[in-house]
Amino acid sequence: MTIKILYFAALRDALGTSGESLALPPGVTSIGALQRFLAERGESWQALGPGHNVRAARNQRMADAGETITAGDEIAFFPPVTGG
Amino acid sequence: MLVSVQEADFDPGAEIVGLSAGDPDVGAVASFVGLVRRGNVGAEVSAMTLEHYPGMTERALHDIVTEASGRWQCDHVRVIHRFGRLCPGDRIVFVGVASRHRGDAFAACEFIMDYLKTRAPFWKREETPEGARWVDARESDDTAALRWGELDLRR
Repeated sequence: MTIKILYFAALRDALGTSGESLALPPGVTSIGALQRFLAERGESWQALGPGHNVRAARNQRMADAGETITAGDEIAFFPPVTGG
Repeated sequence: MLVSVQEADFDPGAEIVGLSAGDPDVGAVASFVGLVRRGNVGAEVSAMTLEHYPGMTERALHDIVTEASGRWQCDHVRVIHRFGRLCPGDRIVFVGVASRHRGDAFAACEFIMDYLKTRAPFWKREETPEGARWVDARESDDTAALRWGELDLRR
């Protein structure tokens, strides 16, 4: 099951990448689980870990940690928004 | 309902006029214009760059306007949000609501702004004499949005 992941703003700068295509490992079925999986890559990826204020979207709508991921999804992680 | 996410500036007067043009049932037009402020947390801001999430931004703004239209009578709504590099004094955002009566127009306009601040995927990066920095989200913006109560923008 492959998904597309996007990173924005300060989070993208911290990670040094604006996105990736990822084959989901077994057991990673929710937004929260995906975030933990990515944070476990270590070093700069800890910016997605506990204590960091990260928001998520699934298919371009704000999503909670418990939301289920399905094949082909576009998942985005970003800091709290600051528009307006 | 018209939502625009654009680099170009806009004409607030023309937008306000456009909201009631050709509709003699409109009795009130409320509008808000957001500008780039010079000072923020002590440092002089010489410019800022607004980044957004193309696709999601338009969708989020449409969802917010739909929610407002369900709560108040909104005959015409216009939302414009700019992105790219902006300087102090530049316009960033326009929200205008035309309605039969002022109560609906005022409330819907304020609601849209409050939710836009917490739900629309924009991020500001300020240029200051000490270098560039991403602007942190403000808790007061979350509080402002929460006072409108429960809503589900993920329909």
